[in-house]
Amino acid sequence: MLIPVLQAVQEETGHLSGEILEEVGKYLNLPSNKVFGVATFYDQFRFKPHGRYHFQVCSGTHCHVFGNPNLLMEMEKMFHVKAGGVTRDGKYSLEAVPCLGACEQGPIVLINNKPYPGMTPEILSKIIESFKD
Amino acid sequence: MASETSQTTRTFLIDKVLKNFSGLPDKEVSEKVTVLRRHRISKPVIYIGTGTCGSIAGARETLKAAEAYLQEKKIEAEIIEVGCIGLCSMEPILDIQLPGKTRLSFQKVTSDKVDGILNATFNNSPPPEDVIGQYRIPGSEPWANLPHLDDLPWFSYQSRHVLSHCGVTSPHSIADYIVDGGFKAFYKTVLNYTSDKVCEIMTQSELRGRGGGGFLAGKKWQIALTTGSDQKYLICNADESDPGTYTDRMVIEGDPFRLIEGISIAAYAIGASNAYIYLRDEYRQPIRILENALQQAKDYGFLGENVFGSGFNLTISLCISGGAFVCGEETALIESLQAKRGQPWAKPPFPAERGLFGKPTVVNNVKTLANVPAIIINGPSWFRSTGSRSCPGTKIFSVGGKTKLRGIIEVPMGIRLSDVIYKIAGGLVDDLPVKAVHLGGPLGYCIPTDKLDTEIGYKTLNEIGASMGSGGLIVLDESVCMVDLAKYFTAYLQKESCGKCIPCREGTKRMLEILEGITKRPMEESDHETLERFKGVVQLENLAEVIRDTSLCGLGQNASNPVLSTLRYFREEYEEHIFDRYCRAGVCRELRTYLIDVDKCTGCNLCQKKCPTNAIIGVPRNPHFIVAEKCTGCGICFDVCKFSSIYYK
Amino acid sequence: MLFNIEINDQEVSARRGETILAVLNRHGIKVPTLCNMTGMTPTGSCRMCMVEVDGMQGLVPACSQPVEEWMKIKTHSARVIQARRTLLELLLANHPDDCLYCAKNGNCELQDLAEELNISGRKYHQKRRPVQIDKMCPSIERDPAKCILCGRCIRTCDTLIGVSAIDIIGRGGNSMIGTSYNKGLNYQGCVKCGQCIMVCPTGALSEHSSIEKVMEVLHNPDMMAVIQFSATTPGSIAEEFGLKPGKDSLNLLRAALRMAGFKYILDTSFGADISIMESAAVIVDRLKKKENLPVFTSSCPSWVHYIRESRPAYLKNLLPVRSPQQIMGTLIRDYIIPAHNRPPETIFSVAVMPCTAKKAEAEQEEMIHEKYRSVDAVLTFRELVRLIRMMGINLTDLEPDPTDTIHGIRSSAGQLIGVTGGELEGTLRTVYQMMTSQELQPAKINDLRGLKETKEVRIKVGKEFINGIAVSGLARAIKLLDEMEAGKTPRYDIIEVMACPFGCVNGGGQKFYPDEKAMKARVKAIYDVDEEEMIKVAHKNPNVGLVYEKLLGNPGSARARELIHTSHVSDKAL
Repeated sequence: MLIPVLQAVQEETGHLSGEILEEVGKYLNLPSNKVFGVATFYDQFRFKPHGRYHFQVCSGTHCHVFGNPNLLMEMEKMFHVKAGGVTRDGKYSLEAVPCLGACEQGPIVLINNKPYPGMTPEILSKIIESFKD
Repeated sequence: MASETSQTTRTFLIDKVLKNFSGLPDKEVSEKVTVLRRHRISKPVIYIGTGTCGSIAGARETLKAAEAYLQEKKIEAEIIEVGCIGLCSMEPILDIQLPGKTRLSFQKVTSDKVDGILNATFNNSPPPEDVIGQYRIPGSEPWANLPHLDDLPWFSYQSRHVLSHCGVTSPHSIADYIVDGGFKAFYKTVLNYTSDKVCEIMTQSELRGRGGGGFLAGKKWQIALTTGSDQKYLICNADESDPGTYTDRMVIEGDPFRLIEGISIAAYAIGASNAYIYLRDEYRQPIRILENALQQAKDYGFLGENVFGSGFNLTISLCISGGAFVCGEETALIESLQAKRGQPWAKPPFPAERGLFGKPTVVNNVKTLANVPAIIINGPSWFRSTGSRSCPGTKIFSVGGKTKLRGIIEVPMGIRLSDVIYKIAGGLVDDLPVKAVHLGGPLGYCIPTDKLDTEIGYKTLNEIGASMGSGGLIVLDESVCMVDLAKYFTAYLQKESCGKCIPCREGTKRMLEILEGITKRPMEESDHETLERFKGVVQLENLAEVIRDTSLCGLGQNASNPVLSTLRYFREEYEEHIFDRYCRAGVCRELRTYLIDVDKCTGCNLCQKKCPTNAIIGVPRNPHFIVAEKCTGCGICFDVCKFSSIYYK
Repeated sequence: MLFNIEINDQEVSARRGETILAVLNRHGIKVPTLCNMTGMTPTGSCRMCMVEVDGMQGLVPACSQPVEEWMKIKTHSARVIQARRTLLELLLANHPDDCLYCAKNGNCELQDLAEELNISGRKYHQKRRPVQIDKMCPSIERDPAKCILCGRCIRTCDTLIGVSAIDIIGRGGNSMIGTSYNKGLNYQGCVKCGQCIMVCPTGALSEHSSIEKVMEVLHNPDMMAVIQFSATTPGSIAEEFGLKPGKDSLNLLRAALRMAGFKYILDTSFGADISIMESAAVIVDRLKKKENLPVFTSSCPSWVHYIRESRPAYLKNLLPVRSPQQIMGTLIRDYIIPAHNRPPETIFSVAVMPCTAKKAEAEQEEMIHEKYRSVDAVLTFRELVRLIRMMGINLTDLEPDPTDTIHGIRSSAGQLIGVTGGELEGTLRTVYQMMTSQELQPAKINDLRGLKETKEVRIKVGKEFINGIAVSGLARAIKLLDEMEAGKTPRYDIIEVMACPFGCVNGGGQKFYPDEKAMKARVKAIYDVDEEEMIKVAHKNPNVGLVYEKLLGNPGSARARELIHTSHVSDKAL
């Protein structure tokens, strides 16, 4: 029950805050430490809100070996934020995600869940420019 | 998306097709089946492969373009979305079947090419450069001068039993599945066989788990069947998280009903009335397709209470995983279903004896279950006759790398690795030499070129110190750094380790540190550092052995495979990294030697300003120079140079 | 079914269903374990107990593998030892090197293993993630940097205590044991019982230390240090210093404390006697009015904390009586010491307890009376031993000191409180007297004796029956509450709860690690006192009489309620 409940809640709220976890714990009669312990195990659950533009970089084998092994590092430099974090102004967040299974079209970056196949730093710069307005 | 079939068609399919075992259908039935199978059509049919990878390649836009074309030209035609046929390097794939003619497959049909191809084909002159090949359809006229799909090496070397429907028939219509013989096996099972008999059939077939474990499926079922309990569970493991492998997804997106049938038979075999499909949450589209397929199966009475009037009840539910590679391990999966952290438990007890909620539970991979219906219909000796004598059946692989063709294939066991690479995938582009093959994803092994003649099979691969894995097969060329590859897999496993046992949690961390030490450049380089790196590699082998011996689950036990296998066959490359600080593939960024081309350098001085270690010397407006001893290989100069005068070796 | 197997080339007997580890233990063959806990299913997470079994792949965990007839086992082959050493080196790679400053120095399982496996150097050098020490809780300190993730604390807190105050967070190499959003132990249901400290193999968990504070006072000539010791202390002292339990060890303890510089040395059991008097009065009253039943005892601060934080509906059931420690503290400040005309700020009241929750209890707001804390510092038994050793006091060389008996007289009922069932037994003796004006004969209630998780008693008092139940291990008490709410239990009048399994003899402040044999000896020491003692009931303790005469008036009087009672209010963690 716990994991589907957390999934449904996150679908609505975007991320799981302390208050939300307490509520879930109360609802399922579980101590909040247990809920937190379970939730932090899985990749899916977020405990901080995303940025307005959320970038997910596929870290699959093909995207790394035959695509661009340094893409994530270059994006970290570009945003001045480490993978898993949000920029200070809350505009951009960066995350490495497991293989999306579209290896042909790598390296893939999802921006707000929309896939951008064949990503390069140049294309990325242009996209970010367009977000600046 | 869901195809609607009227009540009469439903009755027809169940009574006349599914329940017919006599093999001598009457003419009327035969006619109707031919039409339903689209072997005789009255209006054109367009098939578009909208699986996940097809969609990312643009198949949805292709679909919209096709719809627009038909509307504009006022042509009445059927558009059917199908799964992936496996030729991922050619997506988006669009097929056209004109009445009376065989079905024709086109490659790389992005939305801008739709009009051209449709136009040409409707006018009976399909552009040959876009054609992949044509199907063979009884009673339909083949296209002249165009190859047949099954003559292409990519297909001719395959044995597509499990994948026979993928990319061919609609995964959204249960009717398409039934009319092709679907659910006959399930019907036969519940009406003719006891659970015991089904387990026996499976054991006789010698089907082994296709998830990588290779355990005899029938034996596992037998244990669960004979363990007394009021409730049993069957779980289909669709948590496929191996990076670069999406074979399970292909089956789910291409032929979900086959999977459902396999699950149903397996549930019957162990006496379970509850089955779960455990899917990873990233698989949004497969989730939708399965939900739809399950609903249709329910509507047809194949799921629910008293299936086929046999007294057997079955509910299949979808469970979405929270996201963890380790949950592909059966005990971790079960823990996850019990709303706990997905940490494996020490076996015994084995899940087949005591699993989900303490009850006997069988966990089988998607591909294992998808093999089941054919074994029931054709019998265990048929299955044993496929593949090789020591290893019956087929294996589905995700073929990747710089091969000419890439995608998902189903090959008979016993085929040689070299045949897969050169005959099926066509070798590497530009005829590049193969460096090695990596089999089995992060827990897999790399196989050097002198062993590529090995036959694919559990025993045969074990003999060369490798194993089957879940299906990832990557062909590596000289542009791949083996040390970087080992580091990548080790980093992945370190991230995915559940953290329960010391060897895996701490050991993979240490292995990764040692590998990072080899591929990174410290600020100060000294002989001491070199010695440390060398010692690190020696420790690596000892550490890897202990991790393998003592880890709790398969993840830990196999975590050192990439490192050990690359070290075994590519020791020279490791030594180059350690002693010469040189990465021959040019991948390890920090080991690159950066040089300035004096002819291109304008002396703008920007690189000197940006260099964090002051390794660049030069006078403004004169060519600059990089001092190798001070250079840490960060690459900032390379990034900022506006005149492309900096290059690396 | 018995059969023979081969271990280290020798034939030994084994039983079907046993694990390899059980067989090894039975035959005295020692293999290291870090995560194994007696009485709980093995998790197999530390992998230290791996052994070599002929024909089985890799190495095999002894704790979880059932034994089979064909097994040929090697417990100390080269491969096995190599594996153990590597695993330990992996643990040490992540472990701080500050043994010398660590609370567990000398008592650490990691240290023992490093010595046993002859680890001679740090093999792996790496950056460690900076981790904050959690000092939020007044009783327990957590240092995640020292944690080896054996999981014993979590299993104890989940299974024996039932509050799940901590859990593993994160995954893989980022795992650590912590609380929700790392808010710190004080916020998340921790009842401060300290059972986690008792099972932790390293210094990751320790009590919040008060030794420095006490030392400062002892060395300050302007201050007078007063100390009270719990009922379990004499027995534990005997165990620690190899003495025979009984009057001798008690007097040696007093001598040691006097030598350390404490001016008054008092027995908390005296406070327990007062607690029994007040509790009995409340119980008799409630039984008569049939209200706020069942009565819950209130001497265990972890239990009281649990009710206040998580089950406020039962606040009215708790006895409104302070714990013996706090009562004693009040008596010290308001009855015993005032006779000496010392300014109250120069008095420093210390308690020695087998308990860590008492540290938090002493700091509670309500325990301040007229600006001064009833108890200024609580030392766990472990801290007392350190103090004694630090001051160079050699117990066995001392002259036993029988003084301070004026305020040291206590009934044996008062000291029964150290064992589960003891508080109920001691209280029932006085309840009986209060209700029938006769003595309960025999005073010993057999149903409430022994090391059992649950003990029930039904005694006839006049024409009525009193149904009592004593449970220990907070998880058991929580289960009892749930069963009561579901209507699955008979009617109880009095419920005694001790959060630590088997009571204070196994408290979170006792000697590391829980040891059944030692516990049995401690319990026997307490029961023996009850056998030999002349005054077996609180109401016959002449000191108790004096206190009521000079200070409190009668049980339940306004003065008694002011000094000895307390009001229980719901408190979500501070």
